[in-house]
Amino acid sequence: MSVIVYIENTEGLLKKSAFEVASYAAQIANLRQVQAIAISIGDVSNSELQKLENYGISKILTVTSDNLKSFVNQAYASIIAVATHKEQADTVVLSNSFTGKGLAPRIAAKLEAGLVSNAISIAAFNGEAVEIKRTAFSSKAIVTVTLNSPIKVITLSPNSFEVEERKTSAQIENFVPDIAATDFNTVVKEIVRATDKISLPEAEIVVSAGRGLKGPENWGMIEELANVLGAATACSKPVSDAGWRPHAEHVGQTGIVVSPNLYIAIGISGAIQHLAGVSSSKTIVVINKDPEAPFFKVADYGIVGDALVIVPQLIAALKTHKGN
Amino acid sequence: MKILVCISNVPDTTSKITFTNNNSEFNNAGIQYIINPYDEIALSKAVDLVNGGANGTVTVINVGEASTEPTIRKALAIGADQAIRVNATPKDAWFVANQIAEYAKKNDFDLILTGRESIDYNGAQVPAMVGELLSIPSVSIAKKLTIENKEVTIEREIEGGKEVLTASFPVVVGTAEGVAEPKIPNMRGIMGARSKSLEVIEPIAVEALTSFSSYETPPTRGSVKLIEESNVHELVNLLHTEAKVI
Ligand SMILES: Cc1cc2nc3c(=O)[nH]c(=O)nc-3n(C[C@H](O)[C@H](O)[C@H](O)COP(=O)(O)OP(=O)(O)OC[C@H]3O[C@@H](n4cnc5c(N)ncnc54)[C@H](O)[C@@H]3O)c2cc1C
Ligand SMILES: Nc1ncnc2c1ncn2[C@@H]1O[C@H](COP(=O)(O)O)[C@@H](O)[C@H]1O
Repeated sequence: MSVIVYIENTEGLLKKSAFEVASYAAQIANLRQVQAIAISIGDVSNSELQKLENYGISKILTVTSDNLKSFVNQAYASIIAVATHKEQADTVVLSNSFTGKGLAPRIAAKLEAGLVSNAISIAAFNGEAVEIKRTAFSSKAIVTVTLNSPIKVITLSPNSFEVEERKTSAQIENFVPDIAATDFNTVVKEIVRATDKISLPEAEIVVSAGRGLKGPENWGMIEELANVLGAATACSKPVSDAGWRPHAEHVGQTGIVVSPNLYIAIGISGAIQHLAGVSSSKTIVVINKDPEAPFFKVADYGIVGDALVIVPQLIAALKTHKGN
Repeated sequence: MKILVCISNVPDTTSKITFTNNNSEFNNAGIQYIINPYDEIALSKAVDLVNGGANGTVTVINVGEASTEPTIRKALAIGADQAIRVNATPKDAWFVANQIAEYAKKNDFDLILTGRESIDYNGAQVPAMVGELLSIPSVSIAKKLTIENKEVTIEREIEGGKEVLTASFPVVVGTAEGVAEPKIPNMRGIMGARSKSLEVIEPIAVEALTSFSSYETPPTRGSVKLIEESNVHELVNLLHTEAKVI
């Protein structure tokens, strides 16, 4: 028996979420006294893979075939399912990343395994059954899911699980699975990366602004604030609808759901659909000129006042703080 | 082009979410139900594709009880040609995906569209499961979708960027914002919807693989600590020493 975890990389470097899922899988494995095995697909060097030894992984399967360098959903799902059988794993862990969301249901369907998406708690095993908490109703509820199938698939919510160091040594094994040609029905044509930006779903700090900013010309200060904090930028839906910011930045019920350590909401009223995407942030700061803005009800810290005045002051104060 | 659009019936986005029966069930008293907003995008895209000269039909499918029929009628009013309701409580994504795949197997669709996720259980599970059950490709979160000579080009989001990929028919695509502007039904559509076919079929037997045992409301925050406008240094201090996030 073992726990298997899929490790994502970006151009050969392990993603931040890779360490979260590795550590999560290792904790589950440790509780049950079984092995935690990682599987990586694509071109990742052994020295990069060995970083997983800090998080309780004791074996690493690496799949490096040429035709798997870019993501092919069906083929990747087949490989992970084959590896699950080969390692007699009864639990498969992935990140609830964009890629994990596409892969996990296919793996679950192949293995006839129950799937919990966006898990926020460690899996509690009770004989064959497993109970796990996840968010539902766009973060307005937490639900406990029970899985009864022999194999369980779990996708872990990014940024909601504290990584835990656990030194191990791991053997790295080249894994060459047999994959059918029919698993290669999609072709990646182009990957466009905004390299200068911090990825929003993975960011630990998010600086977000709404219609209160008046217009796109005022976003310079939002970007500067994000820069000082090492944060990703986000916005409310009307802001992206108006074309002030790209759609990929829109958070909320119909946009991206984030759970950073710090969410700073500037000139955003705090409509229920916006909150649905940000309410699981650990600390929330609200800057709004209206003391009655609903966002203050779910904030930890707030400043009532004009964002156009406060944000530049905040940038200056942070620079002083960093200087110390 | 034959398109199947999967629609789920979900609580309105402004709904207050509460539970009954010792927190073991979602309390639907007073809840207004709507078409899942992402499914509205999928449906609008399908209608655009067929109206845009591609010729074809748009079928909507819902796995649900009779109470979902007003939502299905709304989908017909938006422009679907016909509707199927699989007469069953949607037990979990695996159950739903099997019902959809079963129907799709018997009716060669070129394109199966779903929303990227339902806003009630937010699984984002159904599209990829349907793809797997039919052994065809799936893209779970598409931000753009274009079709030319039966080749489908999809833009999907990835952390820190986007990926453009192509697939040929048949393919399952979960749509997100950006794929189409949601359409609002007009009077003609609403009148026309009444005479369109809404066929009810019985489900196939499938065991659910997951169940929801209990619900809770997320922990609430203490009340907000307000900081004077003239004192942003204090905010920086608190974030550093108290919240420990910077
Ligand atoms: C089905 C559906 C889905 C939706 N999904 C989303 C979603 O995913 N994400 C989302 O964000 N919204 C979503 N919405 C829209 C949502 O209901 C709100 O309309 C939206 O969040 C409001 O954006 P806002 O706060 O930027 O603008 P507003 O509501 O206009 O608020 C602007 C705020 O800025 C403040 N302000 C003005 N000037 C200043 C100043 N100088 N300094 C400081 N503060 C100032 C105002 O007091 C006000 O509180 C959805 C709506 C529906 C119906
Ligand atoms: N009961 C259902 N009937 C038909 N389609 C559904 C149903 N539930 C979910 N779907 C489709 O699957 C998508 C993803 O749902 P989910 O996996 O529940 O997040 C939705 O946006 C719908 O398009």
